[in-house]
Amino acid sequence: MVYARLIIMRLLKAVIVLFLIVIFNFLLIQLAPGDPAAILAGQAGAADQEFLNQLRERFGLDQPMYVQLWRYVSGIAMLDFGYSYRLGVPVFDLIMDRLPATLLLTGTAFVLSLVLGIVAGSMAAARVKKPSGSLIMALALVFYATPLFWVALMSVVVFSVYLGWLPAYGLYTVGGGHTGFALALDIVKHLVLPATTLALFFMAIYTRMTRTSMLDAAQQDYVKTARAKGLKPSIIQRRHVLRNALLPIITLAGLQAGQMVGGAILTETVFAWPGIGRLMFEALQQRDYNLLLGIFFFSAALVIVFNIITDLVYSLADPRIKKGAS
Amino acid sequence: MSFFARFAQNRGALVGFIILMVIIAMAILAPLLFPESPWRMVQRPFLPPLSQEGFPLGTDTMGRNVASGLMHGAWVSLLIGLVSTSVALLIGVPLGAIAGYYGGIIDDVLMRFTEFFQTIPNFALAIVLVAIMQPSITSIVLAIAIVSWPPVARLVRAEFMSLRNREYVEAARLVGQSNSTIILRQILPNTLSPIIVLASLMVATAILLESALSFLGLGDPNVMSWGYMIGAARTVIRQAWWLSFFPGVAILLTVLALNLVGEGLDDALNPKLSRER
Repeated sequence: MVYARLIIMRLLKAVIVLFLIVIFNFLLIQLAPGDPAAILAGQAGAADQEFLNQLRERFGLDQPMYVQLWRYVSGIAMLDFGYSYRLGVPVFDLIMDRLPATLLLTGTAFVLSLVLGIVAGSMAAARVKKPSGSLIMALALVFYATPLFWVALMSVVVFSVYLGWLPAYGLYTVGGGHTGFALALDIVKHLVLPATTLALFFMAIYTRMTRTSMLDAAQQDYVKTARAKGLKPSIIQRRHVLRNALLPIITLAGLQAGQMVGGAILTETVFAWPGIGRLMFEALQQRDYNLLLGIFFFSAALVIVFNIITDLVYSLADPRIKKGAS
Repeated sequence: MSFFARFAQNRGALVGFIILMVIIAMAILAPLLFPESPWRMVQRPFLPPLSQEGFPLGTDTMGRNVASGLMHGAWVSLLIGLVSTSVALLIGVPLGAIAGYYGGIIDDVLMRFTEFFQTIPNFALAIVLVAIMQPSITSIVLAIAIVSWPPVARLVRAEFMSLRNREYVEAARLVGQSNSTIILRQILPNTLSPIIVLASLMVATAILLESALSFLGLGDPNVMSWGYMIGAARTVIRQAWWLSFFPGVAILLTVLALNLVGEGLDDALNPKLSRER
């Protein structure tokens, strides 16, 4: 029961945050340069007043501000994000079309970076005063300092142009005619470079977090007790230190996941990965503000969903939360 | 041990400091060594590095001097990193100080506000802000500051909460000092060292953010920046990898140097803490 209440509270908070973002979005649209109707008309190649008015009416731009706000908010509540000013297609459809690719990319990168980060971090913690431990941390620092889009470009040069091992662009080979298993393999091949380059930066963060967290946990009394009992160091590391160190990592990993959606904008742009990040880049280039803000809202929503999932995972990993609450 | 001795004990920090000095020298010397605008087309395009005197790093797609762009770009990166971090401190420090000092409802409201900004994906928010305000140095600085102040507020709040009931604060209260005096003169000076360490790391993150924004075409159209150079060369990466390579190395080294310096500052300013680590 307490568990259910926890979820309801989290959902309520999520709805409030999303509502605030919608209002924020609306204010930004008002601040956007130029009259959307004029932009539309310019695109259509005609700019007479009557046509402009028609467009204003069609998109509700002739209504007073509070009516527009109401229309915008109630629209989004019903998943109506309006139209892309440029493409004339509903924003929601465009995003839904691109969402699976982004989820595939960020999901893969998240798992990859978390697993590698925890492994590298616990190795560094176990070798805290040795050169090998310092080397891991130095590498993590370098990955942390490297611009994501630059690693992406350089990996294209090395692995795709120079070595010719992996495809550099897209989600699958266009006109490759692959189906079933062959198509899946083709997509995996296309996924390797974007997912790895996106994962590197986050792997660096998780490595540092894991190391700090493990060193903290190693100071605890129960670890000393385990050592006094004469348990093998490897067992202490795995059972006592790592398990307790994982909890703060899960929390922080959930917070970092939001940044991954941002990182995807860069990797998708470089690799022409047909996700919402690439869509955002296209919207930027075409100054398609309504589409841009729709994607912004969606990425915030994704982050919130991700945070709720993290909370649930956290409470599963730490039984004290349930016991303590009931 | 003196501050400098402790700082220099961390060898990484020393290396970082030297790299940073070189980058700063690049920024200062840029107008002297390359007085011409880095935007000017001076040679035929796609000149490879080391192939012609005066163009050690070659020319870009428009025949502009890459070496000149790199030097002028150093100035932009450092400037935007420093100014946006200062603006973020101006937002985050007062908010955190007030929340931590007063506590209660004020703290609740300010922390909800901070959490809201932390939930929104940083980079996406920065993109939207710059796109709506139109790309310029001012809008980029503002956008970076708006997405990077929440950690400052949280840090300052935590420091204030742990310091507000110390004896010297009670004493100041007894002598009748006002709340603002206590905040500014008693507590704030004692929170400076963690703020300085955080700020040095924030400059690094701000430089990364700026480069990513200009890479996407959201840079100030009037200034040459490293991110712009990489973004402009993106489509010709197969023919001319060096156009993207050198500015990327410059960003990497700057951000790395700032992180190393930040760690060194941490060692030097919080000697007890870092020895335990």
